[in-house]
Amino acid sequence: MAKSRSRKKEDELSVFDPSAHELVPKHEKLSDKEAKAFLEKYHATMKELPKIYINEPALRPLSVKAGDIIRITRKSRTAGETVFYRGVVDE
Amino acid sequence: MDIPVAKKVCEIEFSIMSPKFVKEMAAAKIVTPELYDKEGYPVDGGLMDIRLGVIDPGLRCKTCGQRLKECPGHFGYIELARPVVHIQFVRLVLDLLRCTCSTCGKILIPKQQVNKFREELDKISDTLGDTERRARIAEIVSELRTVSKCPSCSAKQKKITLEKPTTYLEDERRISPIEIRTRLERITDEDLVIFGIKPDSMRPEWAVLTVLPIPPVTMRPSITLESGERSEDDLTHKLGDIVRINQRLFENINAGAPEIIIEDLWDLLQYHVTTFFDNDVSQLPPARHRSGQPLKTISGRIKSKEGRIRHNLAGKRTNFSARTVISPDPGLDINEVGVPKVMAMKLTVPERVTEWNMQYLKDFVKKGSGEYPGANYIVRPDGKRKRITDETKEQLLEEIEPGFLVERHLLDGDIALFNRQPSLHRMSMMCHKVRVLPGLTLRLNPAVCTPYNADFDGDEMNLHIPQTEEARAEAEILLQVQTQIVSPRYGLSIIGCNQDAITGNYILTKYLKLPRNKAVDLLAGVGVTDFSRLPNKDTLTGHEIFSMVLPKDFSFKGKPRSAKPEHVEAAVEIKNGMLLKGTLDKNNLGSGKGLLLRTIHKRYGPDETVKILGRIYKLGINVLLRFGFTMYLSDTDLDKETQEAISTLLGEARDTVQELIGKYRDGSLEPLPGRSPEETLELRILERLNEARNAAGNAVLTSGVDDTGLMIMVNSGARGSNIQVAQMSAVVGQQAMRGGRIDKGYNGRTLSCFKRGDLGSAARGFIMNSFKSGLKPHEMFFMAMTGRDSMMDTALRTPKSGYLYRRLANALQDLKVEYDETTRDAAGKIVQYNYGEDKIDVSRSEGGKINVKAIIESNT
Repeated sequence: MAKSRSRKKEDELSVFDPSAHELVPKHEKLSDKEAKAFLEKYHATMKELPKIYINEPALRPLSVKAGDIIRITRKSRTAGETVFYRGVVDE
Repeated sequence: MDIPVAKKVCEIEFSIMSPKFVKEMAAAKIVTPELYDKEGYPVDGGLMDIRLGVIDPGLRCKTCGQRLKECPGHFGYIELARPVVHIQFVRLVLDLLRCTCSTCGKILIPKQQVNKFREELDKISDTLGDTERRARIAEIVSELRTVSKCPSCSAKQKKITLEKPTTYLEDERRISPIEIRTRLERITDEDLVIFGIKPDSMRPEWAVLTVLPIPPVTMRPSITLESGERSEDDLTHKLGDIVRINQRLFENINAGAPEIIIEDLWDLLQYHVTTFFDNDVSQLPPARHRSGQPLKTISGRIKSKEGRIRHNLAGKRTNFSARTVISPDPGLDINEVGVPKVMAMKLTVPERVTEWNMQYLKDFVKKGSGEYPGANYIVRPDGKRKRITDETKEQLLEEIEPGFLVERHLLDGDIALFNRQPSLHRMSMMCHKVRVLPGLTLRLNPAVCTPYNADFDGDEMNLHIPQTEEARAEAEILLQVQTQIVSPRYGLSIIGCNQDAITGNYILTKYLKLPRNKAVDLLAGVGVTDFSRLPNKDTLTGHEIFSMVLPKDFSFKGKPRSAKPEHVEAAVEIKNGMLLKGTLDKNNLGSGKGLLLRTIHKRYGPDETVKILGRIYKLGINVLLRFGFTMYLSDTDLDKETQEAISTLLGEARDTVQELIGKYRDGSLEPLPGRSPEETLELRILERLNEARNAAGNAVLTSGVDDTGLMIMVNSGARGSNIQVAQMSAVVGQQAMRGGRIDKGYNGRTLSCFKRGDLGSAARGFIMNSFKSGLKPHEMFFMAMTGRDSMMDTALRTPKSGYLYRRLANALQDLKVEYDETTRDAAGKIVQYNYGEDKIDVSRSEGGKINVKAIIESNT
C-alpha cells in the first residue's frame, strides 16, 4: 500500500517525527560491521530475526533499507532497560 | 538451523473417483443381496464375498491370500441400473448446471472473457491464496446464475432449482440424473477451471454415480452373537438395500415395466444411495433398523462427537487409570495419594519374575484377583496374557518361571500420576506415592489443593499408574510433588499451609504456653521423635514447640501479614532452628506468599522441604485438634460505643446523600470536570457511601476484639477478610452492578416500594443492616440482584478466559531458551534476546528476583 501513496503525501507525513515522543523507544541502525558481528554472535539469519517493516514510522529519521538491523533500547519492567534487535523487511 | 525433512507433503489433491477407477480397483462385482448360503458360507457375488477380505479366523482372502488381520480388505462394486446423484456433490452439480448452457454445454461467459476470468483467478491464488480464489469462484458462480441467454449459441437459459435433497427442476420440469449426466459431460475441460476443478484429475459427470464402490468387509465386520446368530454391520444392511433395489430396477427395466414403476424404483435407489453416504440429510427420513434406531452410515461414522475423528483419533483413552471424587486427608503425607482398595485391585503394576522375587510374586498369584494384595494377570515371555482365576491359579503357579510378568495389585509406595482438569500448568499433574485406604474416594493432603486448584465440593481427579521402569523413573524425577514446590510462575512455594494449618500455627505461636507433657504429646502426634532440642523446662512456649519442626541450623527473618513496615518488633525471626519471636501466619506459611518456605527449599532441597512442610501442616492441625477451635455468633458482637458510632456514621452518610440530592435538584451541585450533573451526583454519592462503609469497617476492626475465633481466622489469613467481618457485624454496604449503584428495575425506580425518582441511598441498593441484624425485604432483593449478576458473570467469564489461556499456551508452548540465551520458537526464530529481558529463571528465583545481597552474605 505504501508504494501507491503519492510522494507528496509521504513528504507531508514524514514531517512528523515519532521518535520524539516519550513512548517511542530509541531506534538505531547497526553499521554494516556491527550487523555482521551481531548475526555471527547469534548464529542467526535475517529471517530468524523479529521483523520490522520498512515503512515503520519510528524508522523514518534513520534512512534504512531492507536487510538492515535496528537496535531498540526499551524500558523494561523486569530489567530496567533492555536491548532488542529487529531486522528490516519490505512487505 | 535447518530441520532435516525426509519426506514433505507438497500438495493434496481432492477429486471424485471415476467409474473406470472404481471398476479397476474393485476385486469383485456384487450382484446379489444375499449374504450367506445354507451352509453359512459367503455367497459369491454377495455382499460378504470372500474376495472382499476376510473377517473369520482361519480363512484366507481370495484376493490377496492373507489371513485375518493381515488382509486389509478389498473394494467391490455394483453397476447401478440407473445413475443417481451423489448427495455430497449436490451443490456442485447445481452450480455447474446453472452456469453452463443447457444446449451447448459452454460456460455462460462470453468467449472473449473466459480467459480474462481465468487469469484473474490465477492472479488471486498467487497473491492472496486459495481461500480467496475459492471466494472469487463463489462470486462468479452467483453472478452467472442470472444469465438468461447463452453467449455462445444464444439458447434461452431456463431457471434451474434444486428441490431438496436430490431433485433438480428446470422451470418446474424435472431433470433426470441421466440428463444431468449428459449435460455435465458436455462441459469443456477449459471451462472447468473457472469452477475450481482440475480437468485432468476429475470430470464433473462423475458426481452422478453409475457404479458404486462397495467398501471391503473389513470395515463392516459382522459380529456373531452368543446365540450363534450373525448380526450384520449397519453398512452391510444399507448396501443390501441398495443391491436389492438395484436388482429389482434392472429386472423391471428388462421386463419393460411402465415408466411410473421404474421411476418409483429409481427414486428409491436414489434414497438408499443417499442414506448410504449420509443418513442425516434434513429432508429425508433416516433409514432405520427394525428396532427404529437410525442406521449409522458413512458420514455418521466420521463426523460428530462420537465419530471417528473426535472419538477415536482425537480422543484416546488410557488403561491403568482411574477417576473418582476426591476428599481431604491431612493424615497423608503431602506427596501421597490415598487410593480406594477397590481401585487398587483393578489397577496393577507389572513385575518381572526373577529367581529372587519368585516367591514374593507367587504369593500374589496365590491370592488371585479377588483378594487384596493379589494379582490379576500373568504375561508369558511370548506376550500371551493369562487371567488369574480360581480355576487357572494352580496351573499358573506351576507355570511361572523367570522371565514372566506378574501384574500385581497396587501396593503402598507404588508410583502414580495424579491429575485434575483443567491441566493449565505443569503442577496440574504430579507424581504421588500410593497409600491404599478403605473407602471409595481418592484422598489427598489438603496442602496440595493449591497446585491442583482443587476443593472438595464434588471435584473428581484422575489417577494413572505408570507401567514401565522408564515411565516410573521419569515420573519420580520430573513430576514428584517435591520437585514442583517452587512455582515457575512467581518463584515462590506454591504448596503451603492453608485453612486450619494456618490457624493452628497462628494460635500456637501467638497464645499458647503448654506444660511439658502436653507439648511432647502434641509433637509426637506430628511425628517428631527427637526431643533432645526441647528446652528442659516445665512450661514451654508455642515458639519453642514450633521450633521443634524446624531444622536445627535454620535461620530466617520475615514479616508477618499484619505488620506494617514500621512494626519492626512484630517481625518473625528464626535463628539456628529456634523461633525467637513473631507470630506465624499466612504470609510466612501460606502458598505463594513470603519467603519462609522458599528459603527452606533453597537451603535443604525439595525432599526435606516436603517433610518440614508436612510437619508444620500437621502441627497446625494437631493444635486445633487438641484445643478445639470454633466461631460463635457472638464473635460478630460489637460493644455499645462501636454500635453507636457506626449508626451515627451511617446516619450522617445518609443525610449527606440527601443533601447532595437536594443540591442536584436545585442546580447548585458543582459538576466535576468533564462530567454531567447526573454523573457527578452518582460519583459523589458513591464516594460518600464508600467512605461511610470503610469508616464503619474500621470502627469494627479497631473495637479492640482480636482473640475471637472469627478474628483469629481473619488475622492469620486462614479464611475471611476484614470486609466480610464488617459485613457480618456492622453494615453490608452498597450493592454494585456494572460499577455503579443499582438503577434497573421498574419505571423510574428500582423496586415498587420506593417513590419514582428516589435517588437516596436506600432506594439505590445501599444495605444499612449487617448480616447479623438481618436484611430488610428491599435489601434482600438488592442482594439477590447483585448475587445473580455476579453468578452470570462468573459463569460467562470462565469459559472465555479458559479459551484465551488455551490460545496463549498453544502459541507459546514450544518456545525454548537456547544455549546462546535467546528465546526461540520451534522454527528457530528469535522471540527474545534475553529471556524475560532480565535472564532470570523464575523457578530459581525468589519471587521473581535474585537476592544478590543475600547470596554475597551467605558466602562470606
